[in-house]
Amino acid sequence: MIKYFEPSKIFSITSKAPKYVLFLFIIVLSIGLTEGLVLSPEDYKQSHSVRIMYVHVPAAWTTLGIFTAITFLSIIGYIFKIKNIFLISKSLAPSGFVFCIIALVTGSIWGKPTWGTWWAWDARITSMLILSLFYGMYLLAWRIYEKSDQIFKVTSLIAIIGIINVPIIKYSVDWWNTLHQPASINILSKSSIHSSMLFPLFIMTAAFVLFSLLIFLMKYNTELIKIKNKGLDRL
Amino acid sequence: MINEIIFMNGYGLYVWSAFVFTLLSFTSLFVVIKIQYTKERKKFITKFGTLNSERAAFARSQSINSEILSNISKI
Repeated sequence: MIKYFEPSKIFSITSKAPKYVLFLFIIVLSIGLTEGLVLSPEDYKQSHSVRIMYVHVPAAWTTLGIFTAITFLSIIGYIFKIKNIFLISKSLAPSGFVFCIIALVTGSIWGKPTWGTWWAWDARITSMLILSLFYGMYLLAWRIYEKSDQIFKVTSLIAIIGIINVPIIKYSVDWWNTLHQPASINILSKSSIHSSMLFPLFIMTAAFVLFSLLIFLMKYNTELIKIKNKGLDRL
Repeated sequence: MINEIIFMNGYGLYVWSAFVFTLLSFTSLFVVIKIQYTKERKKFITKFGTLNSERAAFARSQSINSEILSNISKI
């Protein structure tokens, strides 16, 4: 199984994929923006401000998904000592961090017309802010440490400690009294959002996932070329 | 119709600024990663050019090196 994680095998795919992913991303994003900004209805309570949901929620979902993937990969990489898996999780982090910032900023913009404030030390917002700090620490660790063993240890530790925050973010609206409403979309039960709003939400989520895939592929290719550059120095 | 899309019952500023911030963040991240990629690839091509024929042939025998040098890996 490990041979499938060899950089040469992966690079033959990742070097060709970005242009197709970029093309697909532009198409899906265009549909999502048209649906989200023009075709979807306004909310009876929040009016047009509900449209911010189409960037805020996909950003929050994707950043949580990416951090979970980073932690899972770090644990696997650490147990089986596969360096390439660490490279994959490193390449996932930039888009995860940017999505976390997007979720915080768009949430703040949405908060002003809805709650009358740009910021509140609400459980969900605070736990999202903590997640962005974990992303920051994770990215910083890759820059600070030079020895690969040290990097793998520190980044795995940051991911494992940080993952504790992920269920806190998810259930913060149920555990504490927060400004946020409880979850409107549940996998196991019926969603409280109308399908006319669910459709653009899922399309925009697909666009965000495609963008993170695009950034991941580009970053991963860059990291592999960096390694190959060091290899040429040794020749 | 156009006025409604732009002003959105007074919420236009909030909605448009959220979308513009998101798209600007996307563009910035894409540009930064693209610059890093181009820089590393250029560095690789320059280093490859300085190798003597024997070492260059050895390096070219690795499939990744050939792919980096080819145009396939360009976006």
